[in-house]
Amino acid sequence: MSKKPKIAMYWASACGGCEVSLANVHEVLLDIDANFELVFCPCLVDGKIKDVEAMDDGELLITFFNGAIRNSENEEMAHLLRKKTKILIAYGACSKDGGIPALANLSSKEELFNTVYINNPSIDNPKGIIPQRVTIVEEGELRIPEFYNKVKSLGQTVDVDYFMPGCPPEPDQLINVVNLVLSGAELPPKGSVIGVGKTTVCEECSRKKSDKKISRIYRTYEIIPDEETCLLEQGIVCMGIATRGGCGGLCPNVNMPCTGCYGPPAGVDDQGAKMIGALGAIIDIAAIKDMPEEDIPDYVDNILKSIPDYAGTFYKFSLATALVNGRVNK
Amino acid sequence: MKRVTIDPISRLEGHGKIEIFLNDEGNVENAYLQVPELRGFEQFSVGRHAEDLPVITQRICGVCPEAHHMASVKALDAVFNVDPPPAAKKIRELLYSAFYVTDHTTHFYALGGPDFIVGPDAPPLERNILGVIHKVGVDIGKQVIACRSRNHQVIKTLGGRGIHPTGGVPGGWSKALKEEDRVNIEKIAKENIEFALFSLKAFDDIVLKNSDYLNLVTSDIYHHKTYYMGLVDKNNQLNFYDGMVRVVAPSGKEFVKYEAKDYMNHIAERVEPWTYLKFPYLKNVGWKGFVDGEDSGVYCATPLSRLNCTDGMPTPKAQEHYQQMFETFGSKKLGKRYEPVHFRLATHWARLIELLYAAERMLELATDPEITSPDVRVIPTTIKGEGVGCVEAPRGTLTHHYKTDENGVITHANLIVGTTNNYAPISMSIKRAAEQLITKGKVNEGMLNKVEMAFRLYDPCLSCATHNLPGKMPLQIEIKNSCGESLDIIRRDI
Repeated sequence: MSKKPKIAMYWASACGGCEVSLANVHEVLLDIDANFELVFCPCLVDGKIKDVEAMDDGELLITFFNGAIRNSENEEMAHLLRKKTKILIAYGACSKDGGIPALANLSSKEELFNTVYINNPSIDNPKGIIPQRVTIVEEGELRIPEFYNKVKSLGQTVDVDYFMPGCPPEPDQLINVVNLVLSGAELPPKGSVIGVGKTTVCEECSRKKSDKKISRIYRTYEIIPDEETCLLEQGIVCMGIATRGGCGGLCPNVNMPCTGCYGPPAGVDDQGAKMIGALGAIIDIAAIKDMPEEDIPDYVDNILKSIPDYAGTFYKFSLATALVNGRVNK
Repeated sequence: MKRVTIDPISRLEGHGKIEIFLNDEGNVENAYLQVPELRGFEQFSVGRHAEDLPVITQRICGVCPEAHHMASVKALDAVFNVDPPPAAKKIRELLYSAFYVTDHTTHFYALGGPDFIVGPDAPPLERNILGVIHKVGVDIGKQVIACRSRNHQVIKTLGGRGIHPTGGVPGGWSKALKEEDRVNIEKIAKENIEFALFSLKAFDDIVLKNSDYLNLVTSDIYHHKTYYMGLVDKNNQLNFYDGMVRVVAPSGKEFVKYEAKDYMNHIAERVEPWTYLKFPYLKNVGWKGFVDGEDSGVYCATPLSRLNCTDGMPTPKAQEHYQQMFETFGSKKLGKRYEPVHFRLATHWARLIELLYAAERMLELATDPEITSPDVRVIPTTIKGEGVGCVEAPRGTLTHHYKTDENGVITHANLIVGTTNNYAPISMSIKRAAEQLITKGKVNEGMLNKVEMAFRLYDPCLSCATHNLPGKMPLQIEIKNSCGESLDIIRRDI
């Protein structure tokens, strides 16, 4: 039996990109393998739920838990792994803030099922069948997990030790954390965001900023941006100013705006609110000085009109943990 | 009625569960492959800015985000009624070729290949990437890592990020390719061709020269006569990035060839209450259940399916291996193509031939004088409001269909995803394997491996990369009686 500390990577409602980020440490995999007993991914944990249950509490040194909590199975596994893990890390945007799957919180479960299984151009479902937790078939009973009404983050489900943002986290971030644990150094306070920068993507971005104000907002398909200057100052909603750094500004590097996948920077709770504040500060208000008062709301509306989807723009990866975390059902 | 539960199997999109019911004689009555997970992208894409969908929908799959990114951006070209400049299309396809190289490499060395390279009857502990390395040499492991690494670097250079790239915009690509980067990509493409040829040689030495393995490939357990689907270019030859959808019948006759935008006339999706995943089938044949044959609308969309559909390979080295494969299985010529190969395990071979094609195509594109043109974007001037984008994902034909309002906000999204195409065939392969291996209530010890091979050959989504690097796949088969009491448990631990 190996004496190396055990680590796990489990995925709940996720895409597998977090697992690929682990594979993409490339040759460092060999170092990880030398120092830890690898409990890679769902295959292992899933297959041995009973064995995990039989483990001592805290027997797993680290679990990198990725994916959001979408269904009953995700939630059960979160509780089980919490119990068996010393250092539980919410790994990646879905686990940390709900990620893309949490955009489903803008509609109800019924609407979602209707779109997927009923009202869909290629669907063949005259009886209006919707998947059920329990189905009696000719030969017996079949069960599937319960699909919840809302997507939650891991931290809204169990007690989490650390958070690693990113969709997925860049492989370097994972290497940082593994090295930190291996060094034996004292770990940061519980609840910290680890492996990444403390400031913003903006701080890491190589584009030139000049405090220029904007008088209109462009959607990305409407403009070929200059390659050197700040995208936000060109009128593109680049989330870099409201997003935690660590990636080095990858998207702006190919002329595309930051979409906010690293979540809010240190000291900010609500990423979208931070971004809206930043937009407010950059919109050119000098133009309103000479404007009749009744025209001012139209001027501002016109600028904002080019963002028809606030939720998907400002909370693309962080809706589950936002202050208003989905559609408010009346 | 007794019940055999395999829970979970892990290499499907989401978590998977197999339920096998035995009749009173203890033989297989039926088998169900359940997919217990749903996220609902078709719902929450609605209300989003259309141009955000290449970034949003690729989060369906972190293993093949490039496929969703490309299908999505092609759908956007149509929504915004704009034709990208040639260099942009070529950059997209270049990135896509690099992606295919890394994806197929991972599958062969880490997932599917070990079954053959190390051997289908080898102990599970050895049937993994490490076992492969022991068998074919330590350098191979390093080569596999190097191959993944260099091609992810290409993806990052062109698309900004190694995972979930971001360069796709309606009407083109966000960044032109610089000459110094092109030179490096050309070098990488050449290395990829060598690596693909080496991989085919290894397959030849280890599998094709071993009559036991060949017998397994051609055994009844893994034989299904279904329709096959794949994209073809204007010469009716394979292309991953673009073309028309061709479907051939089990006989090899062309059943239909259609523009991707007309998919609704050809594909329908069936819903079952016991699973969250839908079952697509050929609408004009009809759903007849989980059965083979010309009368059943079940179709398959895999590397083998694509080779069954193509009139030969568009690149010379891949063409040689394509011919060799069909001739090895005794398929007769049907015009420029061959009678389909129905031996599902030949999918592994087909995947390597595609690997070689992807590498050759990558080199063609990397040496195309137009690829470094700075002209990579056209700004759309109208919003047409509807569009379909289609590519060949490694795991099957991938279709994105969007509708928008006049502001380019999504009002409707329909997605038919790679692995989903194969849900019915995978279910059938599992049932077949179970039928062959369970008799009179006795579960053959070899069943774990054989059932595993039955779905692994499809490379179900999320079956790659990290999941397989250690080649670990614990399975548990529990036999229960009709009262739910456990009669026997067979398990394979790590």
